Amino acid sequence: MTAAAVPAASPASTGEQPGVRLARSRRNAELSLLLLAMVLVAAYAATVEANVLDTVTPDFWMPAAALGLVFLGLHLVIRWLAPFADPALLPAVALLNGIGVGFLRRYDLAKAAPADRETLAIFAGTGGRQLAWTLGAVILAAGLLALMRDHRSLSRYAYTLGLAGIVLVMIPAVLPARFSEINNAKLWIRIGGFSIQPGEFAKLALLAFFAYYLVRKREVLSLASRRVLGIDFPRGRDLGPVLVVWMISLLVLVFEKDLGTSLLYFGMFVVTLYIATERVSWLLIGLTLFFGGAYLAYVLGSTVGGPFLNFYDRAQIWLDPFAEPYDRGYQLVQGLLTLGTGGLFGAGPGGGQPTLLPEVQTDFIFAGIGEEIGLFGLSALLVVYLLIVERGLRAALAVRDSFGKLLAGGLAFTLALQVFVIVGGISKLIPLTGQTTPFLSAGGSSLMANWLLIAILLRVSDGARRPVTGGGGPAARPAGAPPEQLHGAPTEVIRP
Amino acid sequence: MNAPLRRVGVVVMILFGLLFANLNWIQAYKADEYRNSDYNGRVQVAEYERKRGNIEAGGTALATSKETGGKLRFQRTYPGGEKYAHVLGYKPVNLADTGIEKIENDFLAGTSDQLIANRVKDMFTGDETGGGNVLLTLSKRAQETAYKQLTDNQVGATKGAAIAIDPRTGAVQALVSMPSFDPNPLASHDTTVAETAYNKLDKDPAGPLKNRALSETLPPGSTFKIVVAAAALESGITKTTQIPAGSSYTPPTSGQPIRNAAPSICPEPQVSLIEAVTESCNTGFAQLGVKLGADKIKEKARQFGFEQEDLTVGQLGEGGFGVAASRTGDMAAPGGATDPAALAQSSIGQRDVRMTPLEGALIAGSVANHGKQMRPYLVKQLLAPDRTTSYYTAKDRELRQPISDPVANDLRDMMVSVVENGTGRKAAIDGYTVGGKTGTAQSGPGTPDHGWFIGFAIDKNGNAVSAVCVELEQAGSGGSAEAARIAGRIMQAAIADSGGR
Repeated sequence: MTAAAVPAASPASTGEQPGVRLARSRRNAELSLLLLAMVLVAAYAATVEANVLDTVTPDFWMPAAALGLVFLGLHLVIRWLAPFADPALLPAVALLNGIGVGFLRRYDLAKAAPADRETLAIFAGTGGRQLAWTLGAVILAAGLLALMRDHRSLSRYAYTLGLAGIVLVMIPAVLPARFSEINNAKLWIRIGGFSIQPGEFAKLALLAFFAYYLVRKREVLSLASRRVLGIDFPRGRDLGPVLVVWMISLLVLVFEKDLGTSLLYFGMFVVTLYIATERVSWLLIGLTLFFGGAYLAYVLGSTVGGPFLNFYDRAQIWLDPFAEPYDRGYQLVQGLLTLGTGGLFGAGPGGGQPTLLPEVQTDFIFAGIGEEIGLFGLSALLVVYLLIVERGLRAALAVRDSFGKLLAGGLAFTLALQVFVIVGGISKLIPLTGQTTPFLSAGGSSLMANWLLIAILLRVSDGARRPVTGGGGPAARPAGAPPEQLHGAPTEVIRP
Repeated sequence: MNAPLRRVGVVVMILFGLLFANLNWIQAYKADEYRNSDYNGRVQVAEYERKRGNIEAGGTALATSKETGGKLRFQRTYPGGEKYAHVLGYKPVNLADTGIEKIENDFLAGTSDQLIANRVKDMFTGDETGGGNVLLTLSKRAQETAYKQLTDNQVGATKGAAIAIDPRTGAVQALVSMPSFDPNPLASHDTTVAETAYNKLDKDPAGPLKNRALSETLPPGSTFKIVVAAAALESGITKTTQIPAGSSYTPPTSGQPIRNAAPSICPEPQVSLIEAVTESCNTGFAQLGVKLGADKIKEKARQFGFEQEDLTVGQLGEGGFGVAASRTGDMAAPGGATDPAALAQSSIGQRDVRMTPLEGALIAGSVANHGKQMRPYLVKQLLAPDRTTSYYTAKDRELRQPISDPVANDLRDMMVSVVENGTGRKAAIDGYTVGGKTGTAQSGPGTPDHGWFIGFAIDKNGNAVSAVCVELEQAGSGGSAEAARIAGRIMQAAIADSGGR
């Protein structure tokens, strides 16, 4: 590990470390919260059956119990490998994942003929598949916790990860449409009946690379600047990486026809850049570039058409979905009607009609759930997401090294942004783009990538809350110790 | 790096705040609008949960709902198929509803305010009583005769309409528009089937979805002579007054002579008014019109119901089918000056004169009913779901009185003469006094003429029992005689039905 990647000794980052003195592991709190989450999931399943079947079958608890066992396994892994990890993360994610599985099972029930509903196999259909994916994703997350005993070891593979990220982003764009296109978006790699969405994994790899790169360059990016109109602007040559990422996002936007992923990558990069440099000018440049690019794509779409037409269409639908309610605007209109039908309290789990909403198991799952649990229920789900994000940011605040701060902060923000893009999209706050709703949408790629994200946050939070003087893991090295290779470190600039 | 991290935390709070605010907007403020939106399939599912009431005529259900066992619980069916299509309309799953199904939708669906007591009762008893029933004025026999005679007409017309009303009440006895359509596929729960059926009908150049009896206007030809004759009678001319006729008449400003339909019709220089009507003398009425002037003819037409744009046929005065306004046109030269040529042509129902079949029946009806025109209606009664309570029973209303009783008497004599001695002989019915007026209207250069007949039947006691208008679009030669024959059959059926009841 190069010393540059671990500027743990920098005065700026040792200034405040909330929660550092908290030496309690709180694993029992995690366990009880997890049990509470599983009770909620079981109650949800029971309500669904009561509403759809008019009776509660004796097997209603089985998916919740299966999920509970999977999460209990992860809890034990955390006890063993990351005993000081944040205790709220796992139960919160488990609740979302459980509601997702429950809703998908509810969707299977709605699709089945009324006569077959009561005998519908409990582990079949989309719900059963999602349960299997959950098992896979949790095993993957546990594996990552086992392999990566210290988040800083990730920086060793930063360039490899960066390259892998770019390749993963590019593959669907380069592949012929029949291997990569689903629903008019080139986001997939399809082999046989199996498809994965490499972009979901690419965001993790790219973020690890950003964090590493920016920690190395933060001094020069934040200090070498010109002041124009009271704002510090970076030098032209330092803009290079930003422009490269901007180009990548635009390529994604235009050739993979996916504004959401593009916005996700770009937002992720600009925010990590801002965290690293503490310069507002980067935010302004980033926002200008993104909105400028989006506006340009809109104008080009209306005049030139071609690859920009898709974006132009989406913007048009967003501006007035009711203009073509049975044609282009159908999905969004039905999403809005579904949410509106839910109203304040919803029809109750199992009381809605999810079959009327296209893509209810993927993009529109939030609307489908919203019909049944209403504004109050959706607000609760948003709060759970917010809790996960804020816990991630808390880990970033508390961790002692810059790489960890950037990594956790960037990942937490990426999760928030993804929720914003898809929930904002289906509720007509922003143009709708195909994104998965983290932990809720059916699909393995999304679930695995987001569980890996949680595993990294768990690892960073473990590093952050672990007592400084404790022995054992690499993270417990004395934080104040000077880097081993002092001669290789860049000059520290003392800032006012 | 902690300060920007905290600010990122604030940004996340703002983003989630926006999501939360937007969800409030959709799920609280706009919730009702979205929940009841026409595009919301759930509205229909809820609508199909309750059994929709019947539409009936003369004790027969013409539109009824059957349980399906599917997601939409009740399927709407129309046992009468094409025969009643234009009156009943249809209630489709995804398309717009039409006809009585649309006009009385609230009552049929059971959501009407009138039925609130039933819904409250259901809440306590746990019953599902469904929607209310609509009873129509239609005579089953007259309607089926009209449909059969019109579609099997002997001149090969493919388009046309027939409407019969009771002159004393305004109750519609029959209403048929040809070509018709089968409403059953349109009400299919398979929306693809419904949409395919609808698109096919919508694109059909013959326009089967049009209600020609109420919403299409055509030049009325000689049937308009009744209006001119009424104006003449009111300005001092009697039915025996000799009026100028001749085999040909060229109005002062036009090189185009007006001729009669055949050389045998009124070749003499003068004929009596009653003869002019009986033989349908064009030259006589052209000159009569020029003598009376445009203002008198237009005013008389207006009093008969021309130019009325807001007439509806459904419940009395409670909305319903919109009726197209019949028009007399300008009858003037482009500058606005009096144009005898236009006036002469208009007086025989050509030029810009346009009339709906309903207006034709109303004219005949007011002649038969001592000069009183009754407001036409289709809905006789609204019955509660359990059929014990009646929420509405039609009470006849006079629409207007276009002519006085003596003028009506004279017109009646002249129209009876048409059926007894003139062009409308085929409309005669044994045991009844039948009067009427035929009309042959040029439809345009190179296309066959439209055939018209307006008429009425009066029983032995002097009661007007039926008034009718039959129109055969582009029927060609013999069209008006065939229209007269069909009109007679329809009135006969209407009389038989009311007698049998």
